[in-house]
Amino acid sequence: MASTSAPLPETSIVDAPKTTLTARLSSVVGPDVGIIPVLIALVALIIYFDIRSSVFLSADNVTNLFIQAIIYIFLGMAEVWLLLLGEIDLSLGWVAGMSGSIAAIYTNIQFGWPWWLSFLAALVVCTGIGGLSGLIVVKLKLPSFIVTLAMSFIVEGILLYILDHVFEGGGAPVQSSILNNLTTGNLTPTWTWIFTIGVIALTAAMMIFRDRSRRAAGLEVPALYRMVVKLSALSAVGVALALLFNHNRGSFIPIEGMPFAVPLVLAVLGIYSFVLGRTRFGRYMYAIGGNTEAARRAGIPVNRYRIYAFMLGGFTAGIAGLFYVSRLGGYSSSSTDASVVLYAVAAAVIGGTSLYGGRGKMTYPVVGGIILAVIINGLVLIQISSTMVFVITGVVLLGAVTVDSLARKSQSLLK
Amino acid sequence: MSESVTREPVHAGFVAGSDMGADPTMLLSLRGITKHFGAVQALRHVDLDVPAGQVTALVGDNGAGKSTLIKAVAGIDGPSSGSMFWQGEKMDVHTPKDAALLGIATVYQDLALCDNLDIVANMYLGFESTKHRVLDEITMEKHTQETLRDLSVTTVHSVRQLVASLSGGQRQSIAVARAVMRDAKLVIMDEPTAALGVSQTAQVLALIKTLASRGIGVLVISHNLNDVFEVADRIAVMYLGTLVSSGPIANYSMSSAVELITTGVVSRVA
Repeated sequence: MASTSAPLPETSIVDAPKTTLTARLSSVVGPDVGIIPVLIALVALIIYFDIRSSVFLSADNVTNLFIQAIIYIFLGMAEVWLLLLGEIDLSLGWVAGMSGSIAAIYTNIQFGWPWWLSFLAALVVCTGIGGLSGLIVVKLKLPSFIVTLAMSFIVEGILLYILDHVFEGGGAPVQSSILNNLTTGNLTPTWTWIFTIGVIALTAAMMIFRDRSRRAAGLEVPALYRMVVKLSALSAVGVALALLFNHNRGSFIPIEGMPFAVPLVLAVLGIYSFVLGRTRFGRYMYAIGGNTEAARRAGIPVNRYRIYAFMLGGFTAGIAGLFYVSRLGGYSSSSTDASVVLYAVAAAVIGGTSLYGGRGKMTYPVVGGIILAVIINGLVLIQISSTMVFVITGVVLLGAVTVDSLARKSQSLLK
Repeated sequence: MSESVTREPVHAGFVAGSDMGADPTMLLSLRGITKHFGAVQALRHVDLDVPAGQVTALVGDNGAGKSTLIKAVAGIDGPSSGSMFWQGEKMDVHTPKDAALLGIATVYQDLALCDNLDIVANMYLGFESTKHRVLDEITMEKHTQETLRDLSVTTVHSVRQLVASLSGGQRQSIAVARAVMRDAKLVIMDEPTAALGVSQTAQVLALIKTLASRGIGVLVISHNLNDVFEVADRIAVMYLGTLVSSGPIANYSMSSAVELITTGVVSRVA
């Protein structure tokens, strides 16, 4: 951007004539501007399916939908650790399967391990597999795509062998009630409200605290309406969900309350977002993804962090696997998992994570996972054939990436 | 009266030799720096003095050895032989971190900035301040604003802007400001104005002068002799791996500098 002979004031702002509403909307979400079209699409899809099927927004179906979304959400979060560095891990689908299987196997009566020990074993193994992939990528300088593709075949083979041979008759059913409760257990209605209001109050408190410390330090503070809009949206969604979950969705016996899975997802989301946004570790992840050479020159141990990312991906896939085996009720060699990892990447990307590294947040796969679940759940409900589900999923992914790319281009001009 | 043109190299006035002690008044002294890459001799017995508070320009044609010399000082690729002295003491620099600890900051041609992070994050990359293991954004933001203000970098609207949205001159300013914030005593800049337009170049040259006026030593590699004569107090010319001439800029003219760069010697009218 070389200037002409007359010294123009240095500005990098192009004064594009934008409506106040668009400008205000994009200033509310800031760098997440690509998520607005995705959220609009989500709302549009929900409205569409609600019109087409009276069951779609029923308490039972929404709960189902969330449980279905969990695997995409957790696996998506796992992939985000890698996507931020411009890497990918194609083995995470099978790693999740391995985790669920280990948990199911060791809580089985034949082994009788306490639940926390078998969960721990599952997570340790998965973190180890991730770490191994990372070690190979870093030390042998091989592309992560190939290494993790190879690892995916290896893990698949080992897992299927274990499942066929560990128990008489093959397969590993879920016998632990804790493991079962991950996806079938619920909070009581009272606790549902306590949790919902607690989350809203905590978010509000954090926002206000941040505002006040910035004011106290004399730094400029974002406009108040931003906080108001975000909190109102959060409260509306939270209250609507709480009401929905507390509505009786059982047919014979009353079932009500928020599924355990929801607070668990939010807890992991909260911890991961905190690490990424507020700690050195997270900052270095973004730096390495944005400009590896710059990170190296700043003294960041790039190789070590890359391996950490693979380990975190494996660990998170391990968590996903626990929920997955819980939802399926068990795991056997016929539960194929080859494509779920690609849905995980799609979930992360639909939300706005860049495949090239340096851009992404843990909230993105949450939004992406929910959209994927809405599409799949909704299309099945209105009895679209399963082949069309694939086509539509592909179209949505393409659309999301295109819209996100366009939204960011226009935002960088605004800045 | 006949004129005979003799060609002789112009020396700065000190005797080259690797056993010579360093000048303690100089910030950085290099003696007899030699570097080979296999059979290729990249640097031959280079002696160079860089004083604090002045701008020293390192000039030379492509392949003259400027970048190789810089890499040796910055701790990226040490010399094959020779000694380096920092403020009169022998210096032992094997990694960029060693150089940084001494107070040597290098601003590379590619600037080493992360486009996906904002100005504050880039300024503090690798050296973040934390409060209870959490990033202390407020302190970092305030300090960044102060540093930019001190260096008269006023064209940046907000320190929370992503670096990707800055112009070339602003990015260069941020890269330099980052060095200053680390209490650099010597700032080495590799072709700082190479990709910049006229007003951005002026901005960066003004910044270089500001640094020198604050007592920081600046070593600038540049191809652009106009910029060199505008901003440098001293000049050092390299030719095919040797430092053929150095000294105060007043001793040189544009044409003598060009001749030294292209031929290694300057013609003297006898």
